[in-house]
Amino acid sequence: MATPAAFMPGAKAEVPTFWGVIASWLITVDHKRIGILYGSSAFIFFLIAGIEGLIMRLQLARPDNNIVSAQTFNELFTMHGTTMIFLAIMPMSAAFFNYMIPLLIGARDVAFPRLNALSYWIFLSGGLLLHASFLFNAVPDGGWFGYANLTSSQFSPSHSIDFWMLGLQILGISSMLAGFNFLVTIINMRAPGMTLMRMPVFVWMSFVTQFLIVLAFPAITVALILLMFDRFFGTLFYAPAAGGDPLLWQHLFWIFGHPEVYILILPAMGIVSEVLPTFARKPLFGAPVVIYSGIMIGFFGFGVWSHHMFSVGMGPVADAAFSIATMLIAVPTGVKIFNWLGTLWGGSIRFRTPLYFSLGFIAMFTMGGLSGIMHASPPVDLQQTDTYFVVAHFHYVLFGGSVFGLFSGAYYWWPKITGKMLDERLGTVHFWLMMIGFNVTFFPQHYLGLIGMPRRIYTYAGDLGWTFWNLVSTIGAFTVALSFLVFIGNVIKTARSGQVAGPDPWDGRTLEWSIPSPPPVYNFARVPEVRDRDDLWLQKYGDGHEGAPRPKPAPVTAAEIAAIYMPPTSFWPILLAIAMAVMISGLLISMYQVIVGGLVTLLFMYKFAVEYHRPAGGNRH
Amino acid sequence: MADHAATHAVHDPNIGTTGLDHRKMGMWAFLGSDCMFFGSLIGTYLAYKGKSISGPSPRDVFDIPLTSYSAALLLASSLTMVLALAALQDDRVKVAARWLLATAAMGLHFVLNQVYEFWTFVHHHDLTLSTSLFGSSFFVLTGFHGAHVTGGVVWLLLLVGLAWGGRLDKRDHTKVEIAGLYWHFVDIVWIAIFTVIYLIP
Repeated sequence: MATPAAFMPGAKAEVPTFWGVIASWLITVDHKRIGILYGSSAFIFFLIAGIEGLIMRLQLARPDNNIVSAQTFNELFTMHGTTMIFLAIMPMSAAFFNYMIPLLIGARDVAFPRLNALSYWIFLSGGLLLHASFLFNAVPDGGWFGYANLTSSQFSPSHSIDFWMLGLQILGISSMLAGFNFLVTIINMRAPGMTLMRMPVFVWMSFVTQFLIVLAFPAITVALILLMFDRFFGTLFYAPAAGGDPLLWQHLFWIFGHPEVYILILPAMGIVSEVLPTFARKPLFGAPVVIYSGIMIGFFGFGVWSHHMFSVGMGPVADAAFSIATMLIAVPTGVKIFNWLGTLWGGSIRFRTPLYFSLGFIAMFTMGGLSGIMHASPPVDLQQTDTYFVVAHFHYVLFGGSVFGLFSGAYYWWPKITGKMLDERLGTVHFWLMMIGFNVTFFPQHYLGLIGMPRRIYTYAGDLGWTFWNLVSTIGAFTVALSFLVFIGNVIKTARSGQVAGPDPWDGRTLEWSIPSPPPVYNFARVPEVRDRDDLWLQKYGDGHEGAPRPKPAPVTAAEIAAIYMPPTSFWPILLAIAMAVMISGLLISMYQVIVGGLVTLLFMYKFAVEYHRPAGGNRH
Repeated sequence: MADHAATHAVHDPNIGTTGLDHRKMGMWAFLGSDCMFFGSLIGTYLAYKGKSISGPSPRDVFDIPLTSYSAALLLASSLTMVLALAALQDDRVKVAARWLLATAAMGLHFVLNQVYEFWTFVHHHDLTLSTSLFGSSFFVLTGFHGAHVTGGVVWLLLLVGLAWGGRLDKRDHTKVEIAGLYWHFVDIVWIAIFTVIYLIP
């Protein structure tokens, strides 16, 4: 700590140059900046995947259409699904984990700041590798769940599946590293007094999500390793001719894939559990039960994977077991919905944009949940599987659920992150366009599925009775697209002339609203002492029912701020991520590149590990 | 309290508010995840056990005495790992470096035995990755375990290098302890793999 840190009072404010600013983002280890990087990258990928969806809807708008070929259509739905799940929704959640978890638990950063930066750069390299497939005209076309043995070299000889497989593998590494980081952060970085049951519910749901990530991703890692060995080194894991069983892929994939569904939805549930109490001005109804339900969902999430596989014919015993487990999982989910409704009940509700999106989440997610219970029953599932009914179902939970929840969080925490309020009127327009457009797009797909329209077909004949509702669905999709243009307009307008938010614009309940917006680099000038889940609310309005506000603490002194330790920046995370990307992409180019990239990766890992290890005879940093 | 916490953080940013070390907790989280990794690989091996339609069977190729010797080496290396940590905690850096080196040497011996084993399978028994489901699942499972051991050997050697360079002493015992956690885990996984693949007929 020889040189005074830049955030200290009296430190010289340098005028940043353009390249200086770029470099500062490349080497940052600040969880808030990394959160912004995650959020903005995820939004760009979200737009790309959205455009892919729009092209598919254009193609399906009328029968016998030929805007895109069958091959292109396969590529579009594969990239749409893969991008939305791994590059849009997961990293948008990661943006909130990064930015909000330390603020919500009263910490100054995450447990491993450099590892956090490494996770982001690995994530970005995985996303770029996946999208590099467009440049080489080898776009993945095997569907987001890439069933074996369609993905074998025999049936997919081009590099398309390689891009998908390696891209996903890299994204998995990133997610797991971030998972370890946030598990430790949440357990080990809570402010004094914040017991587990005093943690805000968003942190709790994120906590469960990290467990799911670190325990579920190894299964897809192994599935992808086996696929990689099959494709590159001639193993026989998914080769039926040698006795291999393609169902092995399905089991490994869905052992990951079903917990993944909860990885996508639990953070959104956490956001809703923060937004509702703030705008109903009441504590979350039965908060411990919401927490237990989240744990139950995470736990049961590992025992239901085969409900994705009823149609392969696993026999009545397995079908019954997975069917019951799946229906069981509806119980904690339903409990949460009643808790959210109970939170609103009798509250003094203020209708603001974040609340609109949270209410949209509850309504749409409930509908998606209901259709989910329908195909928890194997006979019903056999009727619905691989039809547009399933497409409608998972868009109700992932778009109606996750995306509504994440945008609720975006409107809720935007003032904290940027210091400015998003425009309420444009926000309301965004909400209603998205709500109406979403339902117009996906509700008719239930009906289309039930009258027999299979998913993943690139066109259909005009005499099947599918024409009208497909056109309606396409119109809805463009309404959704319009709603996001409104959102982008809102962001631009806010950046130019947004109303200044101040530290606590929503009269919030949790610690992040006790500090300036945007927060200083050290977050909390003084680490808070926590006495309740809604600690800030009780600071403002008193403990207990008739208590007076807590006495204001003594002002923070310059000496206290000077004593704050913040981790220094590091360029090793981005260099290490680049080296890893060079090594892994070498599998597509040359083994020499793999070997050289591997050695450089090893060297950089060592440099990363000993960066703050003291030199000989020195003292600990 | 706040003052105390702040000064404490300056002294060691690795200790969290629970009093536990971030890095140690992170290693435990990684090991939990790695359990699922090996669990999936072992599950794959078991799912394909006896399903090969050509090539040699496990009984034809296994050299149980050699593999038992390898297993004994790896088990013994857990002892030297513990001794290394104990020596470092007593600030006997040279002794600790010697035990770390012994651990790495036994790990390396294990890996070389495995290379020899793979070599004999390929050249004497015509068993390769693409011979049969047995070949595929055997080489990939044991190969990934071998890769874990190799990673551990490199890690231990880097620690030895730090010790010889005068950059490792009593204050760094947590770093050695974490390497030890990883090493013991890899050892325990081998007990499972050895039993499942080699010992259960």
